[in-house]
Amino acid sequence: MIKVEALTKRYGAFTAVDDVSFTAAAGRVTGFLGPNGAGKSTTMRIMVGLTPASSGSAAISGRRYADLPNPGLEVGVLLDASAQHAGRTGREILAIAAHTMGLPKARVGEMLERVSLTDNEANRRVRNYSLGMRQRLGIATALIGDPEVLILDEPANGLDPAGIRWMRDLLRDYANRGGTVLLSSHLLHEIEVIADDIVVIGNGRIVAQGTKTELLQAAGTHVRSADPDYLARALAVSGVTVTRSGDGALRTDADPALVGKIALDAGVALTELRAADGAGLEEMFLELTADTQREGVAA
Amino acid sequence: MTAVAIEKPTTTTRIAPKRIPTTRVVSVELRKMFDTRSGFWLMASIGILAVLATAAVILWAPDDELKYSTYATAFGFPMAVLLPMIAILSVTSEWSQRSGLTSFTLIPHRGRVISAKAIAAVLIGVASMLVAFAIGAVGNLVGTAITGTNLTWDITFNDFWLIILANVLGMAVGFMLGVLIRNSPGAIVAYFVYSLVLPTAFAILAELQGWFRDLQPWVDFNYAQSALFNGMPSGEQWANLGVAGAIWLVVPLTVGLILVLRSEVK
Ligand SMILES: Nc1ncnc2c1ncn2[C@@H]1O[C@H](COP(=O)(O)OP(=O)(O)OP(=O)(O)O)[C@@H](O)[C@H]1O
Ligand SMILES: [Mg+2]
Repeated sequence: MIKVEALTKRYGAFTAVDDVSFTAAAGRVTGFLGPNGAGKSTTMRIMVGLTPASSGSAAISGRRYADLPNPGLEVGVLLDASAQHAGRTGREILAIAAHTMGLPKARVGEMLERVSLTDNEANRRVRNYSLGMRQRLGIATALIGDPEVLILDEPANGLDPAGIRWMRDLLRDYANRGGTVLLSSHLLHEIEVIADDIVVIGNGRIVAQGTKTELLQAAGTHVRSADPDYLARALAVSGVTVTRSGDGALRTDADPALVGKIALDAGVALTELRAADGAGLEEMFLELTADTQREGVAA
Repeated sequence: MTAVAIEKPTTTTRIAPKRIPTTRVVSVELRKMFDTRSGFWLMASIGILAVLATAAVILWAPDDELKYSTYATAFGFPMAVLLPMIAILSVTSEWSQRSGLTSFTLIPHRGRVISAKAIAAVLIGVASMLVAFAIGAVGNLVGTAITGTNLTWDITFNDFWLIILANVLGMAVGFMLGVLIRNSPGAIVAYFVYSLVLPTAFAILAELQGWFRDLQPWVDFNYAQSALFNGMPSGEQWANLGVAGAIWLVVPLTVGLILVLRSEVK
């Protein structure tokens, strides 16, 4: 379990992380979502002691990271897959990690196999690695100590579709076996597919957090009928405000049961009625971070 | 994609991990000095240059100069440059190559990592000097055998340790600059300024300003170190070394360590 309490990081007058508190629970995948520069990486660096916090604290299984006697065996960390000595081979980088943690040499081969790096690739210098290969090596380094907690900053970055799928399954499995997984991303789809809990951050502040189901519900209802204008009017009469998507569908914050009842009373035949998912979280993400993200509100 | 079974992240029988022993941290740091191509060749060049320096003495030194101290002087030059570079790079590569992100995460106590590097650097320094002395000794035997001159072992046990000490101090300077600057090219340039420009500046100052001449042994670290190459230093020379070393080594190293402990690793 990871517990972050009132974490704040200031760089001079600029507050990169502003009073952030959340918990990543054991047995669950927690997605840390936010636009570029929101403070995700900074928060994660503070968790593992690479960046000193201005105030607040982060604890892993109830202890400060610096108090862990052999952190690699308890927390798997991947912050930046490119941050490796370019002149070492992938195998050597894993071997150093295993050596530091006091693990048998055999673990290195096992991990290489687990992240699908071939022998040939493992013996190449990291300067000649592709982005995805670096990412796999970084994941192998995080997993080699068989930790209970994983902290991964944009782990899907650079992976091919099969690699993304593989990683998703791996993290799901990890959480299902009782592990704690915290992963950051600015890719909404990635988080939506894999996370149980979601923490949304914008401009250093947490703007929403909860289980995925809760957050998706908060995102409202997606409804469609042959006559969207009539349906929109009927909903408006009942006090339900709607927004129109370009393709004739309507979206509202009200829940699907209410929308269905209003449509029935108004005698409108619906062609589609469901909780706004997929695009829902995306809209929520854009909305929540509207005043913080760079492009302004997407129309 | 993955056929290998995933082990359980959580088990009830998990044994509490023990603190990483310092000997292991040191052995990891030693390993990191050799496991890149550049690191390996830097280490190999110690042996190679000691052999070349020794061969040069055999080939070109006049016969009456074929004594052990000539060999020691010859391999002393490459050692005085190479060893500080090794010390510098062992520290700065963590930042310049960004491997510190992993190193300081696996061992979240930067003081431990840095002191392990210092121990590793001293071990390498002493071992390199022993290797160089051994190569020089072989050279001395071969040289006199070829020319038929008398074997001269004119380096006492004291000289031997003082020369090693001087080289370890040179490494310490490199190490200090690495910790302070944390950037490979920057620290290397700083080392040459420190070891070439600074002594020259002090020498000129002593030449021009009479009052500085008495002060120089106390504030010129390089000057104070030269006492190590002329037999056993006197008590006052040791004191010179201590004071100048405090100014030029201990103080900046302390500042560097404080900065390292406080800085952000990115
Ligand atoms: N040393 C520093 N000095 C000043 N500002 C900094 C420093 N380090 C980070 N920042 C700022 O803190 C903010 C948060 O950065 P961070 O890297 O945590 O963002 P992020 O959420 O990880 O973004 P991304 O999705 O692009 O990776 C950014 O505005 C960044 O410029
Ligand atoms: Mg980031």
